[in-house]
Order: sequence, then C-alpha cells, then structure tokens
Amino acid sequence: MKSIPILQRFFASDFFYHYRRSTTAIVSSLMILFVILVAIAGPFLTPQNPYALSNLFLADAFKPPAWLDGGELRFLLGTDQQGRDILSAIVYGSRVSLFIGIAGVFFAATFGILIGLVAGYIGGKVESIIMRIADIQLSFPSMLIALFLMTTFGRSITNILITLTLIGWVRYARVVRGETLSVRKKEYIEASRVIGYSDLYIMVKQVLPNVLNSVIVLSTIQIGTFILLEATLSFLGLGVPPTRPTLGMLCSEGFSVLYSGLWWVSFFPGLYIVFIVFAINLFGDFLRDQLNPRLK
Amino acid sequence: MWKYLVKRLLQMAGVLLIVSTIVFFITSVIGNPIYNMLPERAPPEQVEQVRKMLGLDKPLYYQYAIFLRNALRGDFGMSYTHHQPALRLIFSRFPATLEIVIVAMLLTIVIGISGGVYAGAYPRRKLSKGIMGFSILGISLPSFWIGMVFIFFLSVRLGWFPVSGRGETGVFLGIRSSLFTLEGWRHVFLPAFTLAVINIATIIRLIRAGMMETLRQEYIKFARAKGVGEKDILFKHALKNIMIPVVTIFGLQLGELIAFTTITETIYAWPGMGKLLIDSIMNLDRPIVSAYLLFVSVLFVAINFAVDIIYTLIDPRVEL
Repeated sequence: MKSIPILQRFFASDFFYHYRRSTTAIVSSLMILFVILVAIAGPFLTPQNPYALSNLFLADAFKPPAWLDGGELRFLLGTDQQGRDILSAIVYGSRVSLFIGIAGVFFAATFGILIGLVAGYIGGKVESIIMRIADIQLSFPSMLIALFLMTTFGRSITNILITLTLIGWVRYARVVRGETLSVRKKEYIEASRVIGYSDLYIMVKQVLPNVLNSVIVLSTIQIGTFILLEATLSFLGLGVPPTRPTLGMLCSEGFSVLYSGLWWVSFFPGLYIVFIVFAINLFGDFLRDQLNPRLK
Repeated sequence: MWKYLVKRLLQMAGVLLIVSTIVFFITSVIGNPIYNMLPERAPPEQVEQVRKMLGLDKPLYYQYAIFLRNALRGDFGMSYTHHQPALRLIFSRFPATLEIVIVAMLLTIVIGISGGVYAGAYPRRKLSKGIMGFSILGISLPSFWIGMVFIFFLSVRLGWFPVSGRGETGVFLGIRSSLFTLEGWRHVFLPAFTLAVINIATIIRLIRAGMMETLRQEYIKFARAKGVGEKDILFKHALKNIMIPVVTIFGLQLGELIAFTTITETIYAWPGMGKLLIDSIMNLDRPIVSAYLLFVSVLFVAINFAVDIIYTLIDPRVEL
C-alpha cells in the first residue's frame, strides 16, 4: 500500500512535469530503455549464438548486410570472416559493454563518495592530502592512466573495473567533498552533533542525501564515458579478453578486414556504441538541468 | 612572480618524482621482457645473460636508484626492440605527433569558438540547435570509430584522402614537417580532424554556456544601449570575459589530445610517439613506456604552467 503514494508523488513532481514536456528527455529515455531491453532479452532474440562455434559456418563468411548484393535476410547486418552474424554479435557485445559501464560507475561512485564524505567532513590534513592526489590525477588524461593501468594489470573484465574505479573516484570525491563542506556548516548538522549522533550516522543519514542529486547526474554521464573508455581500450587490445567481446572489441576485429572492403563488420558495432552513449548523454543533459543546474 | 616560479618548479619536481616512482614500480611488474627478446626455447644460460645485461638480476630498490639517476640524465635505457636510446626515439617521433596535435588544436579553436559563440548568442535559432545536437553527438563518438568511418568512406571509397601514413615532408626554416607540402596536408588532415571532433564538441558546449551567462549581464546591456556593434559585443565584451575557463579547458584538452594520439596514430598508421607507445606496450618495451610517460608528464606540467601565465595576460587582476 505504501508504494502508491510514492508513485503519486512522483507523477505530481516537478521532475515528472518537466520530463513530460521535454521531447529529448522522452526520446532519450526510450532509447535507453530499448538498449536495456535488448541486453536483457538478447539471447532469446538473436538468430544465432555468436559464441557457440558449432553454429558458425565458413560458407556464411563475408556476407554483406541484407540490403546489399549478395546479402541474406538471415544475416541482417552481414557476417564477419568466421561466418558470425554481426547483429547477434552486437547484441551479445552490448551486454558486456553495458555491464562494464554500469558496474564501473557503481564501484567508482561508492569509492569516490566515501572518500569525498570523509575528506569534506573530517577536513584538515586528511582532506588536503586527498585533494592534492585528486588534483595531480586530474591533470593527467584519464585515457593515458587507463592505458598504463591496463598494461600493468593485463586484460580482463575485473581489471577493467579496477581501472575504471581508480580513474572515476576523483570526480565523485571532488563533487561530494564540495557539497559536504557546504552542508557541514548548516544548523541541523550542528544540532545533530549536539544531540550526540555519531559522525558516521551524520555522514550517512544527513550529509549523503544532500549530495545524492549531484551523484545521480554525474553517474549518468559517467556510464557513457566509461562505455567509451572501455571500447577504446578494447579496440587497442588492452581491454576485455577475446572470449568476452564487447562492442569495442568487435570494432577492433572488424578493423583488420576494413581495407578488404568489409566495412559492416566494424561499422555497425561502433554505430551501436554511438547510439547508446548518445542516448545516455542526452538524458544526462536533461537530468543535469533538472536536478543540479550548477553542475556544468 | 619569482616566488611563484620557484614554487611552481618545486611542484613540478615533486610531481615528476611521484610519477617516475609509480612508473618504475608498475613497469617492473609488467610481464618479463626477456621472453620477448629471445627465441622460445632459449637455453637458461642465455636467459641469465640477458637478465644481467638488462640489469634485471639486481634487487628492485637498486634498480630503482639506478633508474632515477639515469632518468635525471635523460637516460631511460636502450629500447629492447629498436636498440636505440628510448628518449631519443621518442624525440624523433615527437614532431609527427605535434603536427596532428597542432592542426587538431587549430581546428578546435576555429570551429569550437565560432560554433560556441553563435549557439550562445542566438540560442533559439535552428542553426544553434543543430550545433548543440552535433556537440552532444560529438562527445558520444568513439574516436577510433570516427577514424575507421573516415578511412573507409573518404579514403578507400572516394579516394579523397590517402589511406594512411605521413606522406611527404618538406623543410622550412630548418624544420622538417609535412605541413610544408600539399601532399603532407592531405595526409595530416584526416587524423587531425578525427582527433579534433571530440574537442570541438566539448569546447562548443563550454563557450555556449559561458556566453549565455555573460550576455545576461548588465555591462552587456549597457554596451548595447550605447550602440556598440553586435560583433564587438560578442567577441570583445563577452568572449573576453569567459576566456579564463576557456583557457583552462584548452590546457586540459591539449593533454587529452596528446593522450588520444595513441588511438588516432594507430588507426592511420601515423609514425608518431602515440603509435610508438602502443607498439612498445605490446612488445613489453619498458624503457620506451617509462620514457614516454615521463616525457608527457613534463609536457603536461609545462602546459599547466603556460595556462597560468596566460591567465595573467588575459586578466590583469590575476596575480601569480
């Protein structure tokens, strides 16, 4: 019974009002919904399991997309050099890409929020050391740090997640620290302290909810950034292992046959990356305007 | 000013020391380069000999001390694969990288600033909405994919641009560069544009936001009231006042551009230091990887320094 008032509150909220009136917000959220549904239902939808080798026939190799000469309807977007259906490979690849983007943001956010809260709330030496590290790290392009870390760790999904966490925490820590600093001075925090609540309780129950809006906005955009970063690493051969190909990995495999004219092998996986990240960025823009216009 | 310079130099030294320490200890963990240099079934004596030759038989702290001492002299050791001093190899590849970075930066400045100013000055026009749509799309594009699309459709299919490589270089004032020949420009343009796309998109968004905020202010209204021309208002009054964040971002973007040359150069087979880095990573060529990382760290610190100096030129109120 409790869920109904919450839903009603949501539908009556300013947020929902603006959402309903913004075409970009509706379109981009539908695009995101589509991507998520495809990823969940993927294995039931695709004509072929692209990683069961027994399904692949060399006779099917190098087929162009269905609408071109020599294309077949069975392989809507064509096949690669092993006779793998590109459409199926994209659906399967998008599952891994999305997983890495979302899980990466989850870990980076958790780690960064924790550090930001501690830095902002405790202050003093701890804060200045943490922020100095953050400054130094931010003056290096994250792409380069990622390259270096992945070279060291070796390619695997776990290592990508560790790398993304090590790269992503900085932005969260900065935003959360900034907001914590301004919240800390408020009367209700003083009051909680006087009552005798523990620091941990105040941080989690009273400071954290205040910084949540910024965290949501940041995380949305960060998922897109991480998907791109992972794709780039995998393209260079420093990302996922060949056994769990992501969209970036598919592009990389397609690059080797690009000059022989097989453009579709790399074109469509890349196009789907653009579709996903574009949708996320559009929606992220809308969220930022609604939840936290200061974060630009 | 002097106090600032000294402080800045000390900071620089600190950052470089930290970076070199991290680089050293992490590169020491990466794979074993010996197996890349010797045939698969090399006898153990030979393995031992190569280990000694590379100094890999010494304890780690000893190796670190040697590394630091040599690094201070600019000596990062011989490249395992190219058999040349690592730093010299990087210097020899640097001009090629600098070429595409400079052209990409120019493209960013010209297209980014004009697009951003226009979209900020007339946010309701159709063209502005188009520019903004492009810029969101631009930040969503993987740069390797743009490169592949350009190569296939513009070079392979239409033949407008050469497929890869650096092409002919010309000498002007003692500097050898592809920017001095027409053929060289045909080679430079696509890699540079590929590199610039994301930057252009970012800069447009930043300048538009800044313009929209500035144009609402009183002094702009006053300038309008006293009859200053629209062009002067936009470029002299408004744009000048958002230059500080713009220059900051340009500094950061320059670093990003250098990092992303690794991808662009790999795709276009451009013989710069980015491609050298990727090749060296694949070959576990430690000296080159460490020399590269320290070299770009020096570059980034120098860029930050330049940005600070530019602040004082743009805004006389800024004191260093």
